[in-house]
Amino acid sequence: MTELTLSLGIGVLVGSGVWLLLRPRTYQVIVGLSLIAYGVNLFIFSMGRLRSGVPPVLDGSGIVDPAAYTDPVPQALVLTAIVIGFATTALFLVVLLVARGLTGSDHVDGREP
Amino acid sequence: MLGGATLIWMIVLPFVASAVAALLPSNARNAEAWLSGGVMLAILIMVMMVYPDIAAGNAVRQGVSWVPELGLELVFRIDGFAWMFAMLISGIGFLVVIYTRYYMSPEDPIPRFYMFFLAFAGSMLGVVLSGNLIQLVIFWELTSIFSFLLIGYWYHNPSARDGARMSLTVTGIGGMALLGGMLLIGHVVGSYDLDEVLASGDLLREHDLYRPILILVLLGAFTKSAQFPFQFWLPNAMAAPTPVSAFLHSATMVKAGVFLMARMWPVLAGTYEWFFIVGLAGMITLVLGAFFSIFQQDIKGLLAYSTISHLGLITMLLSLGSPLGAVAAIFHMMNHATFKASLFMAAGIIDHETGTRDMRRLGGLLSAMPITATLAMVASAAMAGVPLLNGFLSKEMFFAEAIEHHADSWLDTIAPYAAVVASAFAVTYSIRFIHSVFFGAAPEPLPREPHEPPFFMRLPVFLLVLICLIVGIVPGRTVGPYLHSAVVSVLGDSTPYYSLAVWHGFTLPLMMSIVALVAGALMFLTIRSYLATSEEGPPYFRRINGQRIFEQVMVTVSWRWARFLEGWLGTRRLQPQLRLMVAIALIAAILTLWRGPLLPEVRLAGSTDVVFTILWVIGMACAIGAAYQAKFHRLVALMLMSGAGLITCITFVWLSAPDLALTQLLVEVVTTVLILLGLRWLPQRFAEVETPVQAFWSRLRRYRDFAMAIACGLGMAMISYAVMVRQPPQTIADYFVENAYPLGGGTNVVNVILVDFRGFDTFGEITVLGIVAITVFVLLRRFRPAPESVGSTQQQRHQSADDPAAMPGGGTIVADYLYVPSVIMQWLFPVIVVLSAYLFLRGHDLPGGGFVAGIALASAFILQYLAAGTRWVEERLRVLPVKWIGWGLLIAAATGIGSWALGYPFLTSHAQYVELPVIGKVPAATALFFDLGVFALVLGATVLMLIALAHQSIRKLRAAKTAALAEQEVQ
Repeated sequence: MTELTLSLGIGVLVGSGVWLLLRPRTYQVIVGLSLIAYGVNLFIFSMGRLRSGVPPVLDGSGIVDPAAYTDPVPQALVLTAIVIGFATTALFLVVLLVARGLTGSDHVDGREP
Repeated sequence: MLGGATLIWMIVLPFVASAVAALLPSNARNAEAWLSGGVMLAILIMVMMVYPDIAAGNAVRQGVSWVPELGLELVFRIDGFAWMFAMLISGIGFLVVIYTRYYMSPEDPIPRFYMFFLAFAGSMLGVVLSGNLIQLVIFWELTSIFSFLLIGYWYHNPSARDGARMSLTVTGIGGMALLGGMLLIGHVVGSYDLDEVLASGDLLREHDLYRPILILVLLGAFTKSAQFPFQFWLPNAMAAPTPVSAFLHSATMVKAGVFLMARMWPVLAGTYEWFFIVGLAGMITLVLGAFFSIFQQDIKGLLAYSTISHLGLITMLLSLGSPLGAVAAIFHMMNHATFKASLFMAAGIIDHETGTRDMRRLGGLLSAMPITATLAMVASAAMAGVPLLNGFLSKEMFFAEAIEHHADSWLDTIAPYAAVVASAFAVTYSIRFIHSVFFGAAPEPLPREPHEPPFFMRLPVFLLVLICLIVGIVPGRTVGPYLHSAVVSVLGDSTPYYSLAVWHGFTLPLMMSIVALVAGALMFLTIRSYLATSEEGPPYFRRINGQRIFEQVMVTVSWRWARFLEGWLGTRRLQPQLRLMVAIALIAAILTLWRGPLLPEVRLAGSTDVVFTILWVIGMACAIGAAYQAKFHRLVALMLMSGAGLITCITFVWLSAPDLALTQLLVEVVTTVLILLGLRWLPQRFAEVETPVQAFWSRLRRYRDFAMAIACGLGMAMISYAVMVRQPPQTIADYFVENAYPLGGGTNVVNVILVDFRGFDTFGEITVLGIVAITVFVLLRRFRPAPESVGSTQQQRHQSADDPAAMPGGGTIVADYLYVPSVIMQWLFPVIVVLSAYLFLRGHDLPGGGFVAGIALASAFILQYLAAGTRWVEERLRVLPVKWIGWGLLIAAATGIGSWALGYPFLTSHAQYVELPVIGKVPAATALFFDLGVFALVLGATVLMLIALAHQSIRKLRAAKTAALAEQEVQ
């Protein structure tokens, strides 16, 4: 059930994001991209399968059993993705502000249709 | 006897010398000449010394391992045929260097010339000495590039630029085709090694891909060797300095094409396709080149068309598929190189001494420069195929081959006639050249008073002409053995019996030679007076200008078609592009998933949790709400979006990812603040008033986008579910978990992966972050708000109206607004600094790390902005974020480079624990320093973006004030 819930959550995040991505105003696009980023990060994260209470933090003693911990690789990937997503969001935000200042319009094409 | 290492020197030496030549001062003519001459001579001697190893017909190989995993190896290989070419390249190259010293004027930037020249010679040697097909293509392309640079040497001259560009375009396209052909050969044979390919002739000829291979390889060879219909670039390349022409168009560049055809002859020749394509191109080139040559007025133009014609002759000989034809072709390559190089040099001397190359203006130079005239006459006679000269011998062989029967085709039937006609033309243009330059009288005074050139300028011509004579008189004893080893290395066991004798008796080929000589001479007498004053180029054909056709094709392809495609397929509007991208992604996913079953047989048993479900009901509602509100209610949408982010964060906690949750939470805070700072600059949005028709269309568009969004969301949900319920395969995760502590010295596996195992990725990532921050900073320095956003906002105006303490001309906030929270926020600053340090230090073992610590500290700065306003913070800010970014990157890089010093690869880390007083045991892996770099960079980048955005609110006040002042002045 956890899997189904999370899958539906990812689907709704991505669907809402795609809808916003296709809208004409820059602000809608930036919100859309953020929503897609949440969805995609969760998607990548879920490639390591869902397990509760087994974070990949070792106790630092003796032989390590990999099965006792959740998969750390998708987590490392997503951590990077979160930071890069933050950077691109910031960049896009500034681009949209500057574009709005230069063109006088917040339409994605820089002019009202 | 020398080892294979010499081969590598032969190629490395010219490139090294080229780099040295580039660095010499621009007036170092003698130093450049000594350097280049010395290098070419050294190569010549090395080539000579290799000969004993290959005389018997075997090849010397030297391999250098390159990418052994891909089966790529640098192989240098010399056999008799390659040896012959290496001799021609280094020998004629050496003579050209001597000649150049006296030809080039002191004003010419001489280092550039020798730099290109040496690099070109190196590339050409690379082509002939390559034992690997891909390597051959790379050197082939290098010859195209360096010949482009050499032809365009006098780039202030438009015709040099055009000629260079054209030769690069034509030979470059050919090079691409050749690469395709070589890749196909490699695919068929299973190896790119020349020896293996040469041993797979039958396999190649019978393969289905034979025709594509043949066409692609021939495209490369024909463009390089200026075969019809690609001959037009060569005359335009005559804008190059004459030494370049003497080198490129006698022994090297254009010979690469016929070299390749001869090299591949054992595997590609002998089929009807080969006979027809190569034969037709060769015959047309042979006859047309010779015909066009007669009507040139520029000496170099005449020689250029003559070169085209002779290359056609070689091509035609190769087309026949008979071993004797190949022998004649190889022999003629050698002969043509010697007499054509000397003729180009003679043309350069004439140009140099008289100031013109136009044969209508020249005449009577025999008395002024008798020695040069004699040398040129002998060389021309060789070009015309007069007996006792080397050109005669190979031409006799050509005639003998032309009359043989090779294939049942009209092409074979007309071959002898074409041969005689072209030879007669050759006689005509040779006589024409000699007669109009050295005999008669110049119709008007020459631009310069002619006299003999310096001895060393004449010496190379003399040596080459001497070779023409010696080879022509006693061929068997001079070039005989060398030609034989070249022939054997190409033909192997099928080497036929051939005779190099000058006299074979009264044979049919001799008759043909006599007919050609007489007919050519008669033709010259007939059209002599016409030529004396005629326009450049042959009658009638003058209008068909290859150059113009080329330009038109270029314009059509690179301008008209491009515009057409852009007009049809391109759009400058973002929405259609994004829609297309989403649609392509959707279709690609559906096509891939169509086949296999979406759900596996065995599913993971999942747990059920009501709280988790409720959480995600909220999360989904937030996402949909954000999508719904983003147009008219931006603040609401931002809150809802953050709500979805929060649910994501909780999910990470729930599903054993504490590091992700921490990072997500802090990033969420910073992102929200950034967007909040930006909201102020966006225009207020009102519902548009639409006509019913517009409303209908926009509704339709929304339905379409809605359907796409639903499809994407549904697809993602299905794929996610399908993956999540599958049993995971064996992954690399186990390795990381098992080795995080023993190798990385940390118990937080995610952090160890980031700063140790995959440290290089993280290094790239923080670099991106730094670049983004600086880009944001720079973009905002140029920020100009839209007119309606300048001035205070509505809310600020309301507040100012009610607030007596507000400053005149637009206050910032109500005094004492949120006084208690702001004091607390200011007090929190040191607390957050400690928290950040804590997060940083424990990062290697427990959730935390450089990223999180950096963003945490950045949020301390955000709090100060919230508490006291932009102006207050900026007055007190002592952090220089750009420096933090720089230091962060440097620390991270230095940690990586540090491991070099200890002999380990970049970013190898060392782990141990240090006992600190009070704090206790602290992990002190070198990865900690790396993480410190990450921390500094993340902090700097985040703070930089924040203050750059926040600063705008002060700037707009200033802008508003300036505007108000200006208005007052006007009144």
